[in-house]
Amino acid sequence: MNTPEQTMPGNKGISNFFIFQAWLVLLLASFFGASLAGIQLTLSPKIEANKLNETLEKVPELILGAEAAQALSKENRLMDIDRQFIEAGNKIYSVFQAKTNGQTDGWVVKASGQGYADRIELLVGVDAKADTITGLFILDQKETPGLGNKIMEPAWRNQFNNRPTQQQMTAVKTKASAANEINAITGATISSKAVCDIVNQTLNNLRQPLTKADSNEQKPSDNQPNNHQEKK
Amino acid sequence: MADQPTAFERFTQGILPENPVYRQLLGLCPVLAVTNSMQGAMTMAGAVLFVLFCANVIISLIRDLLKPHLRIVIFTLTIATFVTIVDRFLAAYMYQMSKSLGPYIPLIIVNCIIICRCEVCASKQSVITAASDAIGQSLGFALALASIASVREILGTGMFFGFRVLPEMWPDWVIMVLPPGAFLTFGLLLGLVNWVVALKKAKD
Repeated sequence: MNTPEQTMPGNKGISNFFIFQAWLVLLLASFFGASLAGIQLTLSPKIEANKLNETLEKVPELILGAEAAQALSKENRLMDIDRQFIEAGNKIYSVFQAKTNGQTDGWVVKASGQGYADRIELLVGVDAKADTITGLFILDQKETPGLGNKIMEPAWRNQFNNRPTQQQMTAVKTKASAANEINAITGATISSKAVCDIVNQTLNNLRQPLTKADSNEQKPSDNQPNNHQEKK
Repeated sequence: MADQPTAFERFTQGILPENPVYRQLLGLCPVLAVTNSMQGAMTMAGAVLFVLFCANVIISLIRDLLKPHLRIVIFTLTIATFVTIVDRFLAAYMYQMSKSLGPYIPLIIVNCIIICRCEVCASKQSVITAASDAIGQSLGFALALASIASVREILGTGMFFGFRVLPEMWPDWVIMVLPPGAFLTFGLLLGLVNWVVALKKAKD
């Protein structure tokens, strides 16, 4: 019923401008926006707490590997996990330090960055000296189901295990051969690259602060036996 | 508009005669994607009920203010708001469920059942009719999800709502919980429904 002539801004007065016809859209958008902001404010502490719990559960697995972490929980032994915030590269990272008997076992860093669809939030585990990646876990993602969301699958994210943190990880479409190459997911190259970029950026920023933090802590505990090993 | 269905007709039609999944073939993305377990399917049905009810009520309240060329924008805006509310709510109170449903909750925004009900019913009829239409259609949707999910979960894992119903020796038909199982189950059930409808028509 609205031909283009009728809806175009013309000589029929102010009500013919699109912007005035859209008053209801604008009004609803502001109203809905405000209520969503309210809901986000109310629920976000709870959501953050859920994520924190999941992170704490994942820390042993990300540092020791899945088998050792299972053995640890079977023996009912717990790792001491300290949460701290480290500022590096204009970002504040939430870092979890896992210790057994005062010795640092490793670090888990929470990082995030833009994926293909939405922000990807992930956890990177590194060893005590921040030399090697010990694990990767995807906390939150909204990538395409069936393609990009395969970044969550252990088979893909375990490729990062035991990689040196010094080098820049790249996702390649052909078979990965070099030490810094990760097989990209078919049909989800952007998601794969996004994860690599987040990991690279995080480790570049944090490698030095973490190494420093670990060596600072070594000094007071020098009198303890240094050859501590994880029982399996 | 004397020929528009009444509130009660809208309600009953949504459940079986105009079942959104089996008779209108709408909203098939969640039907195929989240029906490998009853818990996921029922959470999805609840989310759709909430979103459809709220969207229908709001659209019906403002139906006299809608402009034809701006109505779809307003539908989408309203639907997206309530979907975001559901998404945040699940992340806060049903965290594991929200992770396993993943992007399918945000994808309710583009579920055509909801925009279809806004267009067909809520933008033309009173609030009471729109609300009962929303409940009827959601129950129809829940029924469809439940029928497919129970077949898939029982045959695929031997369990129902996470409780074992088939004996331990049941060889789990893993294909039923994988995507092909969704197509198989849905196709067979859809054929069954069509067959029953055809039989009924032949009797009349």
